[in-house]
Amino acid sequence: MATYYSEEHEWLTVEGDTATLGITKHAAEQLGEVVFVEQQEAGDEFEKGGEIGVIESVKAASELYAPVDGEIVEVNEALADTPGALNEDPEGAAWIYKIKITDASQLDDLMDLDGYKALIG
Amino acid sequence: MTTLRRTPLHDLHVALGGKLVDFAGWEMPVQYPMGIMGEHKQCREKAAVFDVSHMGQVILRGENVGEKLEALCPQAYATLKEGKARYGFFTNADGGIMDDLIVSNAGDHYFVVVNAALRHQDIPHMKAHLEGVEVTEIFDRALVAVQGPKAEDVVGELCPAARDLKFMETTLADINGVECRISRLGYTGEDGYEISIPEDKAVEITKAFLAHEDCEPAGLGARDSLRLEAGLCLYGNDIDQSTSPVEASLGWAMQKRRKEEGGFPGAERVQKELAEGAARKLVGIQPAGRAPARQGVEIQCTNGNTIGQITSGSFGPTVGGPVAMGYVSAGHGEPGEKVNLIIRGKAQPAEIVALPFVKQNYKR
Repeated sequence: MATYYSEEHEWLTVEGDTATLGITKHAAEQLGEVVFVEQQEAGDEFEKGGEIGVIESVKAASELYAPVDGEIVEVNEALADTPGALNEDPEGAAWIYKIKITDASQLDDLMDLDGYKALIG
Repeated sequence: MTTLRRTPLHDLHVALGGKLVDFAGWEMPVQYPMGIMGEHKQCREKAAVFDVSHMGQVILRGENVGEKLEALCPQAYATLKEGKARYGFFTNADGGIMDDLIVSNAGDHYFVVVNAALRHQDIPHMKAHLEGVEVTEIFDRALVAVQGPKAEDVVGELCPAARDLKFMETTLADINGVECRISRLGYTGEDGYEISIPEDKAVEITKAFLAHEDCEPAGLGARDSLRLEAGLCLYGNDIDQSTSPVEASLGWAMQKRRKEEGGFPGAERVQKELAEGAARKLVGIQPAGRAPARQGVEIQCTNGNTIGQITSGSFGPTVGGPVAMGYVSAGHGEPGEKVNLIIRGKAQPAEIVALPFVKQNYKR
């Protein structure tokens, strides 16, 4: 099990060919209080860089971009009723999707925790 | 990049942990560590302090200033009594709104507050058209709003005279030994004050307000969600050069005499729309789901025809869900009408509702 980070401030914890995906604590702080999360459905396929959801704070809407190619296998349905969980535990209970990774080589483009910490300063 | 202008309270915002952003060329706090939702609720339930020093404060001196203002605005400023303030707007020759403003009759002068982004337009406009009136923009005073049901306690503790003011009344009074202009008004839907303070005393007096246990600082984020829930227009979103006051549902802000006699720029269009109805009107819109409908979202009637557009939309912390305002074409807009909002390509159900979303709480 390894955790990767994207420049779009997502984390991806990989186990075999599946992964759990969410936004980082830093991203949640930047967004402010989250009031709505628009998620896609299990079974939806996506390509790296594609839009896979929208997170809305009181201030603005922010798109969620796929860090790798893959398919959604599970959606964290709890976020529909408690979007504020993204502010409380974005790197834990408030994960957004479980996905199947279709091109594991793309993980090489992502950062480890040290790299991500360097990115956000 | 141009340098952002700073208000006399800038260093205090930084010290309080404010998140500063560029707003109309000013470096202003959008929120403090409490967050927009918390600051919004603070203002609805207790009291909040907002720095609104970026707005333009203008003094008008001369003969018959009120009458002369009537040539630029559809408000009854000639009959505005001393010690009273009145919301209004400059109209253009086409009957659109150039800016909205507050005019106060301060006795020996008139005191006008205009939007930050339109100072550069409004000051020359007044100088060009108010003949024989000395138009002076004030740069050495902060403007601080204290808003909320506890605002009277917060301000009254330092300035007992503030307690005697009613909604839309203004006076000069001392706070901590310095003379300030205190007006009982605001733009949050709550009771409260806007206080014009000499810049060298602004931090001291603002800190004195914040020392009250029921008072916290709030930023522009909360100011926007508060005014939206209160059904108040934001210039640049809900009203602009193309929208008439009738379209913007601002008929209440034009006094009977002025509506009847006209004599302001664009009066022909305004009077025609008052008599026959406007082509579109600004209404409240309540989305049924949780997705906020932002500015620019298309409004469709249930048969799929486009009937208008959202001009302001966000999450309303007091409502506990999304709230919006937008224009719909004539024949639509009755409270209870079902509509669809096209958010990211999908039709989301919503209902037209009477404004405001949250009852205004003024001390009349």
